[in-house]
Amino acid sequence: MHELSLARAIVAEVSQAASDRDIASVAVIEVKIGELCGVIADSLAFAFEFVAGGTALEGAVLEFSESPVTMWCESCEAVVQPEVRLVFSCPRCQAPCPGLRSGTEIEIVRFSSASREVAEAIN
Amino acid sequence: MSKLTYPLPKTVVELGKSVLDFNDRAAASLRECFEAAGTPVANLISSPGTGKTELVIKVCEELTARGVATAVLVGDCATDNDARRISRVCPMARQIVTEGLCHIEASMIRDGLVGWDLELIDLLIIENVGNLVCPSDFDLGETLKVALLAVTEGEDKPLKYPHLFATADLIVITKVDLVEACGTDMEEIRENIAAINPGAEVIETSARTGAGIGQLASVLLGAKAATSGGGRDSNVVSGRRYS
Repeated sequence: MHELSLARAIVAEVSQAASDRDIASVAVIEVKIGELCGVIADSLAFAFEFVAGGTALEGAVLEFSESPVTMWCESCEAVVQPEVRLVFSCPRCQAPCPGLRSGTEIEIVRFSSASREVAEAIN
Repeated sequence: MSKLTYPLPKTVVELGKSVLDFNDRAAASLRECFEAAGTPVANLISSPGTGKTELVIKVCEELTARGVATAVLVGDCATDNDARRISRVCPMARQIVTEGLCHIEASMIRDGLVGWDLELIDLLIIENVGNLVCPSDFDLGETLKVALLAVTEGEDKPLKYPHLFATADLIVITKVDLVEACGTDMEEIRENIAAINPGAEVIETSARTGAGIGQLASVLLGAKAATSGGGRDSNVVSGRRYS
């Protein structure tokens, strides 16, 4: 259900962006999913196929990448990654790091149009 | 005459846009309205059966006794049972029926508020659809994102649902009157919360005994101080009084 809302949003955003650029057919859409988001890529792809039908995105492929959790460590003044998955303390100084910097985003990174051929009459 | 056919290079569009942009925009506009009216908003998220509705009822009773005007929007996939229960103690209570959708979106809050004057509401409580995964992604313009877990749910719940518990501003433990009956290890719950959300404020409550209800009501109401630049730890309760 959650993925259905996200699929609808992807179709709406990319359809608009494609139409703004006179792109009639979209082939690939790259989506970045934060490690913490709880979004199931397969469910999103399934919902997308359904929602994209009849639009410029029909038949387009979703390509997924994962965005890892990163956090800001106050004492090291640096962006760090948890050493143990989902334990939000600094791997260098062990200080707790409440401020997440990434890992919660769901982003449409880019999309590409379908390749097409142009026929030109020659003598 | 013959034809020459050649491929056109495909176009790549760098979009770099959040999928949740549609919701984030609606939430930002709600947040502006809430801040302009000085109304703190709490978004309560937990699994089904944590006891959100009973807790909301007790908080509403407490706030009514303090002369604070509270409004509640409650989301469920089906039925208006919860709004009917809450409206017995809180006249401004409305149901959002999502008809199967597993979360509330910002546009539903906008629609749910129609006809209410935010200037006359000291605190808005949103009781989200019982679900620990999906509601966490959808900003509703709230001042406080509140994650709840009952002592009956297992000590490692915060680790099993990291997105919600890591991003919550406040964590509420419910049904603490059942700690002994369930053999719940409260120390372990606190350690798990500290691992996933260091520094998060934790309040232990029981709707049955009333434990923690006053403290929770004060923190939800005091969130207004945070929006206007004050600290959430302030003891000043800034709700307008009508009594």
